[in-house]
Amino acid sequence: MAALTEVQSMIRDQAKTWIREESPVEKFRQMRDSGSDLRYVPETWSGMIEMGWPGIIIPEQYGGSGLGYLTFGLVLEEIGRHLTASPLFASALVGASGILIGGNEEQKQNLLPRIADGSAIITLAVDEGPRHDPYRMEMEAKKSGSGFLLEGTKTFVQEGLAATDFIVAAKTKKGITLFVVPGNEKGISREPINTMDSRGYASLSFSNVQIESTNVLGSLDEGSDLLDRILDCGRAGLSAEMLGTGAQAFDMTLDYLKTREQFGRVIGSFQALGHRAADLFGKMELSRSCMEAALRSLDDQASDIPEKVSLSKAKVGDFLYEMSNQLIQIHGGIGMTDEFDAGFYLKRARVIEACFGNRAFHKDRYARLFGF
Amino acid sequence: MTNNLDVFREEVEVWVAEQFPKSLVGSTMGLEGETSEEAKADFELWRQRLADKGWGAPTWPKEYGGAELSDAEAKIISQEMGKQGAFNPIPLMAGMGVTMVGPTVLEYGTEDQKARHLPGIASGKIRWCLGLSEPNAGSDLASLSTRAEDDGDTYVINGQKIWTSGADISQWCGALVRTDSSVGKRDGISFVMLPMDQKGVSTKPIQLISGISPFCETFFDDARTDKKELLGPLNEGWSVVKRLLQHERQSQTQARSPSASSNKPSLQELAKTYVGVDSAGRLDDPDLRVRLIEHLMDVQSHSLTVGRITEEARGKVEVSAAASILKNSATRVAQGNSELTLELMGNQGVGWEGENFSADELSNVRDWLWGKAISIYGGSYEVQNNIISKNILGLPETTQKG
Repeated sequence: MAALTEVQSMIRDQAKTWIREESPVEKFRQMRDSGSDLRYVPETWSGMIEMGWPGIIIPEQYGGSGLGYLTFGLVLEEIGRHLTASPLFASALVGASGILIGGNEEQKQNLLPRIADGSAIITLAVDEGPRHDPYRMEMEAKKSGSGFLLEGTKTFVQEGLAATDFIVAAKTKKGITLFVVPGNEKGISREPINTMDSRGYASLSFSNVQIESTNVLGSLDEGSDLLDRILDCGRAGLSAEMLGTGAQAFDMTLDYLKTREQFGRVIGSFQALGHRAADLFGKMELSRSCMEAALRSLDDQASDIPEKVSLSKAKVGDFLYEMSNQLIQIHGGIGMTDEFDAGFYLKRARVIEACFGNRAFHKDRYARLFGF
Repeated sequence: MTNNLDVFREEVEVWVAEQFPKSLVGSTMGLEGETSEEAKADFELWRQRLADKGWGAPTWPKEYGGAELSDAEAKIISQEMGKQGAFNPIPLMAGMGVTMVGPTVLEYGTEDQKARHLPGIASGKIRWCLGLSEPNAGSDLASLSTRAEDDGDTYVINGQKIWTSGADISQWCGALVRTDSSVGKRDGISFVMLPMDQKGVSTKPIQLISGISPFCETFFDDARTDKKELLGPLNEGWSVVKRLLQHERQSQTQARSPSASSNKPSLQELAKTYVGVDSAGRLDDPDLRVRLIEHLMDVQSHSLTVGRITEEARGKVEVSAAASILKNSATRVAQGNSELTLELMGNQGVGWEGENFSADELSNVRDWLWGKAISIYGGSYEVQNNIISKNILGLPETTQKG
């Protein structure tokens, strides 16, 4: 763990305690079993709002606390540990980053306070096909009067069911443009997507949705860089959540190695398993450094954000992939049962891996950044 | 605090500019292949100036030849030297003295031992080797059989050590010896220091798969040392050596990545030269490309982790359990670098000598072969994993009985 400021330590400890008490995995299980359409527990989200978490990266002048991405990452790591479902990541990190980085003063004043107080849930709608490919899109925004007509579909939109507004990427005449689109505009329809991690994904369809030029986020036709930057904020945050999920899987496995007995001894006394644990521990520590470096580069607005972020998503991704498999393997039969929590971690691991670019995507991007 | 360091940095800069002989800029630290008498004299002058300043081992107490500086200040010295093409040759000249023997003597030594041994190390005048491994005691170090017998005021030592780096040119040796064979194997071991220049000690250099090496076999045939040279309590040498090996591990955690530190072309540039790129600028061997990416990510995550652990220790690089993780990851980085270099060079990467090959191609072969030792010495890859699983993760002992 990075050397933290007093406020950061306080928020991390608060997150640890609150999530353990108010949002243990059992809550997630109940939500899944209830088949709720929302795919998160509303009281959990209200609790987060009360603690001010949706305002962590939002400056004080817009109703947040302006504590930055590393601080947000500390909370996301705890959320990842206990698989807490909520719109926090999609809206207060990705959506808020979009408005913060791309928004004009009016958009900031209008939207950021509402993200911070939870009255708005703003999420990014970017992908259209099975794999994350942010610049390949069919969705079009055609000039129409003083505004645009949006036509097309988006898929795997996070918290797409709960969202009040969307940041939508669409082709315009000379490039890509981002738009902030209220979710209740005429012509938008949403369909839930049932993923194995029981979260609130939706596919969106835009049919002749009329929006105004004031809905443009950033500059017309020049949305690619902005989109990349928003995605990088999201990817860094995802890697914090992933690290938390992997760290919890590691702790569960280590605990099992120390208590499960076979052949008359605890299985952690077998060298094959001891070395596997040592190896996973090393990977966890190395990937934690990458994750923290990525969040810091966002806070510093450093020039190496893409490099650090792709490093982080790929390295944490490698760790979580292996860790989630070993979680099941080392637990043996019990790990295969739905009654035990291991399966939740495995399922979540693969869903989050695919989100905003998998390991292959980020390794390729890293190589291109280094010119090969 | 920051201000004080800034002031210190200026002082160092001025001192180095005034005292470092300009003739030595760009020469190698060990003065290898350097023949001119003038250079030798300048080298000796520089060593002595550093020693007088206490900067050979700057963090040690002044009374033992150090300068009582903080780790941060010591780092500034090496940074400022680097900027001016200067270097500190003393750690190299003292063999295992500055990095391993000295810190252990500081912790376990008597006042007399500190006063007699540390100044020679801190000034680079006395070179130390370490007699730890034996032909039948490698990773299982505690099964060593070299024995020391009580003979009044002295110990009489018999046995054979191996992998004693620099034994043929060292003046002193720190050796693990068995002083009680009636108890469990870790319980009857002591750590003694003995002079190398005596009838009962002989050494024989070892040639490795990579060519010549600093390693020797060292034979003790009724070698003697005074009883006052016992470091730590009798029969408790195992705890002394565990500490010593922690210092060793600590010194091995910094992965040197040629691509990051020197003016050699980076690995990706080399790859583009030897392998070529496709029309999109991607390396023409997709499999190699992925492994190269993963290697570069390993390099970066290793160095970020070294930075993070240093920062978490509040600037104080502690001899911590985490060093075991870093040793293994430094090993992966170093071995990965030369494996990939060898591979991307293709047939040009396998030369042994001669004009068909460039100097870089030939040196990589030797580096690659030498690199196989990194996962063996200083506690093998597997031993590090034992340490992690037992000491950090709290899993039960898997290997040692008794």
